[in-house]
Amino acid sequence: MRFSLGKFTLPLYAVLAFIYLLIPIVYTFVFSFNNSLKTNLIWRGFTFDKWTNVCQREGVCQAFGNSVFIGIISTIFATGLGTMIAIALVRYRFKFRSSVNLLLFLPMATPEVVLGAGLASQFFNLGVQKGIWTIIIAHIMFCLSFVVVTVKARVASLDPALEEAGRDLYANPTQVFWKITFPLLLPGIASAALLSFALSFDDFIITNFNAGSDMTFPRYVYTAAARGVPAEANVIGCAVFALAILIVLATQINGEVKRRKLAKVH
Amino acid sequence: MAKEFVARGADLELKQIRKEFPGFTAIDNLDLHVPAGEFFALLGPSGCGKTTTLRLVAGLESPTKGQIFIGGKDVTATKPHERPVNTVFQSYALFPHMTVLENVAFGLRQRKVADPLAKAKDALNLVQLSHLADRKPQQLSGGQQQRVALARALVNRPSLLLLDEPLGALDLKLRREMQIELKAIQMEVGLTFLHVTHDQEEAMDMADTVAVMNLGHIEQMGAPETLYDRPKTVFVSKFLGQSNLLIGDVTSTSANSISIDVAGNKISVPKARAEKHNGKIAIGFRPEKATFQTKKPAASADTNVIGAGEIIDIRFTGVSNQYLIEVPELGNITVFAQNMGKSPFIEVGAKVWISWSVENSFGLADLPANIEEA
Amino acid sequence: MAFAAFGSANAPATSKPTRSGKVVIALLAPGLAYLGAFFLTPLFALIMVSLEVPDPNGGYATYVPGFEFGNYAYVIQEYLPHILRSFGYALAATVLALVISYPLAYFIGVKARSWPLMQKLMLTLVIAPFFISFLLRTLAWKQMFSNESWIVTTLQDLGLLGQTQYVVGTPFMVIFGLTYNFIPFMTLPLYTSLERLDIRYLEAGSDLYASPSKVFRKITLPLSMPGIISGTLLTFIPIAGDYINASGDFLGSSSTSMIGNVIESNYLQINDYPSASALSVLLMGVILVLVSVYVKKSGTEDLL
Repeated sequence: MRFSLGKFTLPLYAVLAFIYLLIPIVYTFVFSFNNSLKTNLIWRGFTFDKWTNVCQREGVCQAFGNSVFIGIISTIFATGLGTMIAIALVRYRFKFRSSVNLLLFLPMATPEVVLGAGLASQFFNLGVQKGIWTIIIAHIMFCLSFVVVTVKARVASLDPALEEAGRDLYANPTQVFWKITFPLLLPGIASAALLSFALSFDDFIITNFNAGSDMTFPRYVYTAAARGVPAEANVIGCAVFALAILIVLATQINGEVKRRKLAKVH
Repeated sequence: MAKEFVARGADLELKQIRKEFPGFTAIDNLDLHVPAGEFFALLGPSGCGKTTTLRLVAGLESPTKGQIFIGGKDVTATKPHERPVNTVFQSYALFPHMTVLENVAFGLRQRKVADPLAKAKDALNLVQLSHLADRKPQQLSGGQQQRVALARALVNRPSLLLLDEPLGALDLKLRREMQIELKAIQMEVGLTFLHVTHDQEEAMDMADTVAVMNLGHIEQMGAPETLYDRPKTVFVSKFLGQSNLLIGDVTSTSANSISIDVAGNKISVPKARAEKHNGKIAIGFRPEKATFQTKKPAASADTNVIGAGEIIDIRFTGVSNQYLIEVPELGNITVFAQNMGKSPFIEVGAKVWISWSVENSFGLADLPANIEEA
Repeated sequence: MAFAAFGSANAPATSKPTRSGKVVIALLAPGLAYLGAFFLTPLFALIMVSLEVPDPNGGYATYVPGFEFGNYAYVIQEYLPHILRSFGYALAATVLALVISYPLAYFIGVKARSWPLMQKLMLTLVIAPFFISFLLRTLAWKQMFSNESWIVTTLQDLGLLGQTQYVVGTPFMVIFGLTYNFIPFMTLPLYTSLERLDIRYLEAGSDLYASPSKVFRKITLPLSMPGIISGTLLTFIPIAGDYINASGDFLGSSSTSMIGNVIESNYLQINDYPSASALSVLLMGVILVLVSVYVKKSGTEDLL
């Protein structure tokens, strides 16, 4: 299918689109090297200082640490609960399927303000003090559905005959799960965990409603936005970005290498 | 080496099995007995319930009604991992995350058998694949995967080995080779094999006993030669090989045979080869048992003749010529003539009479679906 | 749905649900109970709070349970401009996101099929913005278009902008930010749908004398409709509730306030919980209507 302007239009468009998508990232990256004082609005000169002394800025590293902690705990629970649901949805017949699908879909479709305000009201009604754990509870809730979607795709592509072969070869259901199902699901579960961590780490709105005085990294940026976000925040943002991209690229390249190694032999 | 697999096969018995799924009944009123040490084929078209039967025996499904006995023991309620049965799956189902050796050793490890890797190596020797022990299944060809699947099942010395259309994915030449190998292994090892297939040539070639299944029940069971020579139902006569069927009411009976009258022709079948002796009956004969002549043959007590018909199509299939002859009031009759070097000098449009020996007729128990009972 | 593209290889679903039994309940119960407790119950809590009345005996910002449906009337009357603005911006941003994402998704999902590694890398580029805090990337745009920035001064010099006109704080900027932030949400579902498009349909169309634009209108577009619809749902809904882009600290100003801003300020600053909850319930109501229209047409299996 060609557009009348020639076959380079579409690739050119794609390149422009990618540039557009990446501009803010590049900007943030560049300004993480800014020799700024209080605010990071005007370029004052190039320095590595912010990268080497990132924790000197008050509060940044604590906020980052909180975000990592919250991310890890939420991911563990969301991935566990979500994987179980994904397996149930793909492998089993049961009556109330549509309701379950709907219940899992709604948190993804609900605006974060509504989720945040609702949970905050709930905690208030129950007299629960807002803090790190209310944030974690909130994060598990909204990450759950995303885990289900990701793992579900992986489970669906798994040949059920493999599990039947396991049972045929004297493995009881528990052994079948740990020796056959789980290892084969692992790539999907890992993707889901990564996604869940990313969503939790970057979440602001729901966190803002349900945090007490605890700072997460996005909260830190938001509260600093009024007076000026320090370059150290850029540093952390870019470091996380680089790590995430590296992990994703490494996984993809690794997958490709594996695929090429498994050439057919006779 | 075969002595290591000394465990003798067990016999299998299915009693009054009924299996219902939401919306339809797959199997109804199934009785089956497979003697120990036999190569048994379950043959039928897709949807006839043969795979369901296999899964019932493996324990992957539970019957709605009925009982399953293996070696005399009631295993109906036993879980698959507790039954002395192993399956070779249609898609092989080799674990992609384990090496070939680990795949074969899997069942042994689950049963906590001593020295699983050594035994797995022996099984791979049996199927001549020990040089591929450290590969992953994805690196193997279809035929090799099939042999690994076989080794993985055999190494556990099951009383009963179930094979679910294991040769379906292989090309013709490989399939022929594997048929010979499977049969050889079964005879060498002495296990009971239950082989499910829709390929009637494969079933007839490999099995000691064939059961033809249709719509959830067994139509006929017996040695391949018996089934082919003497089908008892319309379905079996058409599913195993081809048949020409003539339908009529029984008009005369003699000491040894019964006869029907079709379009003025007297067609006889020996009583011993007829499922019923009165009423409306379908009498059939195989295309390769018939010949045709351009002159009406003389009447004879031991030959059936029909005609005159017109040859409307001739197909050359290398091994034989297939003639389609239209006989008024009887429909289209197929006759095969083996290719002996020079074909009979005959053309489309020729007028011929078809004859075959009475001994080669068979009388069926039922009638084709579009004919009403008398 | 969309995130499936992120999770698995391009293998389509092959297995159908076959088993039944008590294990299902054990697998589903913990997760669903969790959602029941922390998703459904809070929604009911919102409804309850939206009907509360100020406590006659209490101090500032205390409320007691009631049935004050008048709260809804108040909120609709008071904030109608914000409500309309929200849906207006959301519509504009969604349409823009669709127009920008579709060719990109088409390129990656259809044109680049012969290079699966490239496809994966390009998808990574599409979701790359996700990996940097969305506050930081929104701030980046703010600074790039700020009043003293090079871009704005150039536009002013060129006469395209009046000397006292600015970019940040205008609806244009808010919509721009919203579009940017939600492009991945639109691209991924489009990609998933287009990736499955069978090229042979397009070839058949050409074979039957259809011009390229006709092939696109009559074959490609309808066949990618599921992706368009799920992408639209996944974009429109969160945008409608967003408040970062429209906030004064970021790309907006007090004149670009959306429902999300109102809810946030009512809840966290003014402490007018009933009003905030009423607005939330209204917003949720509109979304439920949209989702139920979708589900009526296409069922629930494709939601996940």
